[in-house]
Amino acid sequence: MATKPLHDPYRQPVNDPMIDPVTGEYTVIAPGHNFTSVTRKIANVVLTSHTPLGWFFGLIVAGGIASIGLIAITWLVLKGTGIWGVTIPGAWGFAIVNFVWWIGIGHAGTLISAILLLFKQSWRNSINRFAEAMTIFAVVCAGLFPVLHVGRPWLGYWLLPLPNTMNIWPQFRSPLCWDVFAVSTYATISVVFWYIGMIPDFGTLRDKAQLPFAKWFYGLLSLGWRGSTRHWMRYETASLLLAGLSTPLVLSVHTVISFDFAVAALPGWHTTIFPPYFVAGAVYSGFAMVLTLAIPIRKFYHMEDLVTMRHLDNMGKVMLCTGLIVAYGYGMEVFMAWYSASHWEFFMMWNRMFGPIGWGYWLLILFNIAIPLLTLWWRKWRTNVAWLFTLSIVVNIGMWFERFVIVITSLYRDFLPSSWGTYRATKWDYMLYLGTFGIFTFLFLLFVRFIPMIPMNEIKMMLPQTKFNGIDAEETIEETA
Amino acid sequence: MPVEEGVYGLLAEFNTPQAMVKATVAARDAGYRRMECYTPYPVEEAATALDVHRNRVPLVTLMGGLMGLTTAFLMQTWMSAISYPINIAGRPLFSWPAFIIPAYEWTILFAGLSAAFGMLGLNGLPQPYHPLFNAPNFRVGATDDKFFLCLEATDPKFDLGETRDFLEQFRAVSVVEVDL
Repeated sequence: MATKPLHDPYRQPVNDPMIDPVTGEYTVIAPGHNFTSVTRKIANVVLTSHTPLGWFFGLIVAGGIASIGLIAITWLVLKGTGIWGVTIPGAWGFAIVNFVWWIGIGHAGTLISAILLLFKQSWRNSINRFAEAMTIFAVVCAGLFPVLHVGRPWLGYWLLPLPNTMNIWPQFRSPLCWDVFAVSTYATISVVFWYIGMIPDFGTLRDKAQLPFAKWFYGLLSLGWRGSTRHWMRYETASLLLAGLSTPLVLSVHTVISFDFAVAALPGWHTTIFPPYFVAGAVYSGFAMVLTLAIPIRKFYHMEDLVTMRHLDNMGKVMLCTGLIVAYGYGMEVFMAWYSASHWEFFMMWNRMFGPIGWGYWLLILFNIAIPLLTLWWRKWRTNVAWLFTLSIVVNIGMWFERFVIVITSLYRDFLPSSWGTYRATKWDYMLYLGTFGIFTFLFLLFVRFIPMIPMNEIKMMLPQTKFNGIDAEETIEETA
Repeated sequence: MPVEEGVYGLLAEFNTPQAMVKATVAARDAGYRRMECYTPYPVEEAATALDVHRNRVPLVTLMGGLMGLTTAFLMQTWMSAISYPINIAGRPLFSWPAFIIPAYEWTILFAGLSAAFGMLGLNGLPQPYHPLFNAPNFRVGATDDKFFLCLEATDPKFDLGETRDFLEQFRAVSVVEVDL
C-alpha cells in the first residue's frame, strides 16, 4: 500500500502532509477522503449535467484538427501514396516514423496498468485508467499509418491469414508480418484489459445515474455487476493474469517493431541493441505523454488530491530511468559504429551527426538527453508542475526526432553514392500527422467525459478505512467522516 | 420464465468492511453456508471468511494460452509448408524459429481473452437481472460505500425470523428481506 518512511528530514509528517502521522507510511492519495467522497468526486465528472464549456471548446478544436487528417486521408485514398514524400531511397518516411512514435506512446499505459500492478506499485491506481485509454487511442492513431501506407487501405485485410481466392498466405518469415500479429494482439488485449477494469465502475455509474438513458447505458456496460465477493475474487485473478500477460506482450510489441529495422542489413538499423532500446524509448515517450495529459486534466477537473505530486514525482523517476537506457542506446550506437570497424557503419554515423540533416540528431540529443536527464535528477525539478509539463512535450518532440533520425538518416545515403537521395515530407504528410493529434485528443476528450477517468474501486482499496489490522472499524469511519 | 415467489434472502447492510466480515465469520460459525458478501471494492478478508479464494480462472487462461500457441504454430506450419509452399530466398519451408513470434503473440491473445471472458463466464455475467436489485438499499450503497451480507433462503438453516434475529445482533444499519 505505501512505502516505508525514509530517514530524510523532508519526509517527516511535520513537513509532508502525505505522510500518515500514525503509521509513518507514505500515502498515495491526499488525506481526508472516504468511500463516498471518492465516488462523488470521480462519478460527478461523468454524471454531471453541467458539462464544462472548456470541454466543448476542446472537442471542437480537436474535431477541427482531426478533420485536417481526414482530408489528408481522403486525398490519399483518391490519389495514392504518391502524394507523400516517400520515394527511393527514402522509402520509409513519415508513415513509419509516426507509427513507431504513436505506438511507443501507448506503451506507458500498459506499463502502468500491468507491470506496476505486478510490482504492487499501488500509486498507479490513480493514473492507470487514463494511461490505458491513452494506449488505446495511441494504437488507433498508430494503426492508421501502416494501413494507409499499404497504398490500397481497402485491401488491408490481406495482412491477415485469411483464406482467399488466390490461395496465398502471409509471409510468416517477415518481421512486417510479425508486426501485424503483435500490434493486433496488443490492441485487442489493451481494449479487453481496459474494459474489464471498468466493469465495477460502470456498476457504480449505473447506480448513481439520474437520467434514464444514463442508467440504461451504464447498466448495459456494467453487465449486471453487483460486487459479489466470489465475483471480485475471480475478477482480481483475471486482472492479475491479464497484467501478467500484458507484461511480456508490451515488451514484445516494440521488440517486434524494432525487428522491422534490425532484421534489415542496413547500417544504422542492423544492430542487436534495438529491441531493449526501442522498448525503453517507448516507455520514455509514453510517460512523457501521460504527464502531458495528466497535468492539465488534474488541474481542469481538480483531481490534485487523487493524482498527487507523488504521482508526478514517480513518473519523473521512471522517465529518468528509461531516459538513461535510451542514452545508453545512443552511446552504444556510436561506439559500435566505431568498434565494428565497418566503413558503412562509420559513414552512417558520421552522416547522421554531420550530414545534411544532422541538425535532427543534435536536436534529439538536446531534447531527449541534455534537457530532461540534467533536470530530472532533482526532486525540486520533478515536483515543479510547469517544468514537468514543458519537459513532457520536449521529450515527445525528442522521441519523434529519434524515430525520424533512425528511419531517414539510415535510408537516404546507403552503400552506393550514386543512389543517394534525400527525403522531404509533403504537406499531406504533415496534415495526416497533425490530424492524428486531433483524433487522439477527440477520443480522449470523449473518454474523460463519458467514462470514469480514475478507477473508483481501486482508489477505495487504498483508503485507510479498508485496513483490518486491529483498528476499530467504527472509529476509523468517524475519524475520516 | 415462470414467476417465482418468495424470499431470496436476508440482506444486512453495514457501514464498514470490518463489521461485515465480523458478521460473515459469525454466520459461517453458526452453520450458514449459502451466503455472499457484496462490497464496492474487493475485500480479501470477506473472501477468507467465505472461503472462496480458489477459482478456475487460471485454468481457463492456461487452456486458452496453450490453444493459442498450438493454433498459431500449426497454422503457420500448414500455410507455409503444406498449403502453399513457396521458396523465398532459399529459406526452409518449415522456418520454425520465425514462426515462434506470431505463436508467442497468439498465446498471449488467446490466454488474455480466455482470462477476461472466462472470468465473466464463471461469474455468470452479463446478468442484467438479479433479485438483489429488488432490495431498496442495495443499489444505493453496494457499488459506493456500503457493505452487504446476504444470507440466502436456499440455505437449510435459513429461517426468516431466526436469521433476522441472528443478523440484527451485529451492528447492521438495516436488515431487509429480498424478494425473488
